[in-house]
Amino acid sequence: MEGAKMQVEGLSAYYGKTKAISEISVGFPEGKVSAIIGPSGCGKSTLIRCLNRMHETLPRTRVEGRILLDGEDILQLDPVGVRRRVGMVFQKPNPFVTMSIFDNVSVALRFAGRHSRDEIDRAVVRSLQQAALWDEVKDRVDAPAVSLSGGQQQRLCIARALAAEPEVLLMDEPCSALDPVATAKIEVLVDELKSHYTVIIVTHNMQQAARVADYTAFLYLGKLIEVGPTESLFERPKERLTEQYITGRFG
Amino acid sequence: MKFDRSARRKLWSHTMTVLAGLCALVALIPLASVIYQAAVLGGPVLSVDFLTANPPSPCSPVVGQPPCAVGGIGSAIQGTLILVGLATAISVPIGLAAAVFAVEYRGRFLGLAISFTADVLTGVPSIIAGVFIYTYFVIYYPVIVFSALTGALALSVIMIPIVTRTCEEALRTVPHSLREAALALGIPKWRTTLQIVVVTALPAVLTGILLSVMRAAGEAAPLLFTAFGSRLGFQGFNNPINALPLLIYNFAESPYKNWISLAWGAALILIILILIASVLSRLVVNRMVRRMRGG
Repeated sequence: MEGAKMQVEGLSAYYGKTKAISEISVGFPEGKVSAIIGPSGCGKSTLIRCLNRMHETLPRTRVEGRILLDGEDILQLDPVGVRRRVGMVFQKPNPFVTMSIFDNVSVALRFAGRHSRDEIDRAVVRSLQQAALWDEVKDRVDAPAVSLSGGQQQRLCIARALAAEPEVLLMDEPCSALDPVATAKIEVLVDELKSHYTVIIVTHNMQQAARVADYTAFLYLGKLIEVGPTESLFERPKERLTEQYITGRFG
Repeated sequence: MKFDRSARRKLWSHTMTVLAGLCALVALIPLASVIYQAAVLGGPVLSVDFLTANPPSPCSPVVGQPPCAVGGIGSAIQGTLILVGLATAISVPIGLAAAVFAVEYRGRFLGLAISFTADVLTGVPSIIAGVFIYTYFVIYYPVIVFSALTGALALSVIMIPIVTRTCEEALRTVPHSLREAALALGIPKWRTTLQIVVVTALPAVLTGILLSVMRAAGEAAPLLFTAFGSRLGFQGFNNPINALPLLIYNFAESPYKNWISLAWGAALILIILILIASVLSRLVVNRMVRRMRGG
C-alpha cells in the first residue's frame, strides 16, 4: 500500500502448532487510524501483538512473514528497539501498581537513562495532556496510579505509551474494560492522536471501528477477508462474509 | 408437619461456627502453654547481665558452698545474630535469583528443576543439612569443621529452599499484564524482571525472607555438628560459635541447675526475638503495601 507506515506481508503466527493467523498482508497508512475487527478468536489480537513483537514473548510462539516499519523488516531488528518505536495499549488498564502517576508515565524515559529531569518533566506533562488526563491529575501526579478510576488508568497507560514518543500506537481493545463515558473519552482521544501517530486499534465493537477508524480490516478465522476505507467497508462490503458480519448475522 | 429447611440450616450453621471456634481455641493451647512455660521458668533469670554475660561454669547449689554463678547468654545471642546474618547474606541472593529464574524463564528445564528441587529440599529434615555440611568439611577442610562459617552454611541449606519457594510464589502473584506493559514500552527483560516484577512483589518477597530467617534462628539441629557451640563470644569465622537453640539444647539436658535455668531464659529470649522480628517486619511490609496501594 502506498504511504503505509507499517506493511504486513504474508504474516502467519503460531501458538505451538496452532496457526492463529494465516498469510495476512495488509498496510497501515501513516497518520491514520486503522481498525482491525472480527469475531472473538479471529486472530485480531494476535495480529496486533505481532506488530511490536509481543506475540513472541509468550512461550512456544512463532511468526513467519515480513512486517515492514518504514520499509524495514522489524522481525530482523532488536525487539526492544522495535517496541520503543511501536507503543501498545492493552485491553485492561495495567499501570505499574508500585508507582505514582508521574513515575508510570515517565518510566520508559527514566529507565532509558538518557534524559534530564527537565526533559522528563516536560514529557510527562505533554503525554498526560495528549492522553486528556492532565486536567484531572495535575494536582496529584505523585499519587499512586492505582488511585485512579479504570478509565483514568487506561488514559494513563496511553500517556505512558506516548511518553516514549513512539511512531505507531497499537491499541488492543482499549475500551473493553471501560464504561460508555470512559469509552467516549478514549475515542475522542484516538481521533486526536492520529495527527502525531499512526494508530492501529483492535476492536470487537463495529460501531467503534466505524466511529474512529479511517481504514478497517476484517479478519475471520485467522484470515484477512477484506480491508479498505472504513466507510466503504461498512456501506459497500465486497465480500459476503464481511456483509454478514457487519449486519450481525454472526460473530 | 411442615419441615422448616431454613431453621435446620441455621441450626447447622450455628453448630459448625461454635465447633470451629472451639477448634481454634484448642489450636491455641499449645502455643499459649509454650509461651507461659518459658515465661514462668525463664522470666525470673532475665536481667541486663543475662543478655550480655557469657554462660558460667556448670554448677548446682550445695548447702554451705557459695551460690552458683548465674551468668548469661550473651555469646548465644551474639552467635545467633552472626550465624543468621551470614546465612541470610548467603541465602537471599541465591534463593531470589533461583526464584526469578524459575518464574521468569519457566518452561525451560532448569526452571522446572529449580522448583522441584526447592520443593524437595524444603522437606528435608534440618539435621541432614548439618550432616551434609559436616561431611563435606570433614573431607575437604577438616580444620574449620566446627566454625561460624560451617554453621552459617548449614543454616543456608535450610534457608535457600524456603527463600526460593516463597519468592517463587511472590513473583507468581505479579500479574502477567505488568510484565507485558513493561516489555511493550521497550524495557529490556532483565530490567522488567528486576525493577517491575521483583519490586511489585517486594512485600511478599520480604515476608518470605523473614520466614526463612525465623526458621533459621530457631534451628539447633543443623548447628550441632557445625557451629558446635561455645561458651565464649565470637572468636572469628573459623572457630566454633554459640547460638540460642544450641545453648538451649546443650544446657537443658545438662544436670546443672544454673545451666538449666539459663536454657529457660534463652528459650524466652528466642521467642521474644522472633516475636519482635515478626511484628516489626509485618509493620514494615504493611506500610509498603499501603504506600503502593495508596490507602
